[in-house]
This record gives sequence, C-alpha cells and structure tokens, in this order.
Amino acid sequence: MSDDQTTQIREAIQSAISENPVILFMKGSPDQPMCGFSARTVAILQHVGTPFAAVNILPDPRIRQELSGLSNWPTIPQLFIDGEFVGGCDIVSEMYESGELQQALGVEDAGEPGQAAPEPEPQEPAPLTIENRL
Amino acid sequence: MAATDAPATPEELKQRIEAGIPGATADVTGDGHHFNAVVSAPAFHGLSRIAQHRLVYDVFGAEVGDRIHALSIQTKAKAAERENSA
Repeated sequence: MSDDQTTQIREAIQSAISENPVILFMKGSPDQPMCGFSARTVAILQHVGTPFAAVNILPDPRIRQELSGLSNWPTIPQLFIDGEFVGGCDIVSEMYESGELQQALGVEDAGEPGQAAPEPEPQEPAPLTIENRL
Repeated sequence: MAATDAPATPEELKQRIEAGIPGATADVTGDGHHFNAVVSAPAFHGLSRIAQHRLVYDVFGAEVGDRIHALSIQTKAKAAERENSA
C-alpha cells in the first residue's frame, strides 16, 4: 500500500467533508444502496428533503479505513453536517424521530415525529464521488 | 485465531458490554451477524450520543464490521447507584 495514495484518499475525504454542507458516506449510492443501514439513512435524508452529497465507500477499502480514522467511528454510514460528524444510522434515526435532525439541517419537518423511517425512494445519481485513484 | 472464530452471540455481547462499561446494563438481540444493543450506564451521563455509542463500540474494537458484522446501538444514561449494598 502506498502512503501517498492513502494520504490522497484522506485529503479527498477531508475536502469532501468541508466542501459539502451535508455529506453521507455510505455503502452503494442513494439510488442503489448496498446495505440496509445506508438505505435507511438515505431515506431519512430524502424524506426531510435536504440535498446531500453521497460517497460510496465500497470501491476502495482505504476510503472506509481513512474515514473511520478521521471520525473515530467504526461503522458505515456516516453523516456529516457543516463539517461535523453527526452519527451513523442509529443516531440519525433517533435525531429524525426527535426532530433534532431537521433542526440541525435547518429544514421544516416533512413528516410526523415518531414515525418510522420511510422506504428508500429512487433519486438522482450521487452528486459527488471520490475517484478511485489506483 | 481461536476463540474469535466462534460466531458471536447476543449473550456474549451483553456480557462484554456489561463487563467493559462500569455499571452498564445491556439488552442484546441478534442473529450472529446483525445485533441490536440497548445499553444503559451511569458512564453515559453528560456525554453526547456519539460519545455514548463510541463507548459501546470501543468494547469490541476492530470486531465491529468484521466478526460482529453490524451493531445497532441505543443508549440511555442511568443514574449512578448510590446504595451501599452491593
């Protein structure tokens, strides 16, 4: 493994987090999530109606490795709002149900608090991808 | 690897969380790969959700995402027990 490539990946992740007000690191893409937890988190973000960037961590295992090193969080998905790590699926779900997520995103609550998360809906392709620099 | 090759069980996770976080009480369900843990502990008091969940993840280190494929967590702070009795 090249240290240069690992550094490039880490810097690409840091740039993506600082340049996108809402960014989700996930398995798969919003229109094709590869894991139930990623799918649920995407569905919540779509339901509250916030635009968000998404990065698929699956193409290169080093993305996840570097991301988890930055966030000190072992699992995927991971949501960042305004450069701050917010949490994974469990925390995003709790925050959605309590209304804290909508508050953090500065959006009106599109659904009743306490409702179960909606099913994923198809959407546009991910607005951002980290290139696989191999 | 010897013991860690055995499939994880809800009972194992419960015991390790309760041993790893002082005063914690855990209810764990799961199928050997995907687990759900509801954890209460006095140590959670005053911590953010992220910090509370990290305490639970830290019990298992690199096993999360690997041997323990997925671990959903709900945390609750509980008051420290002040009784003198053990």
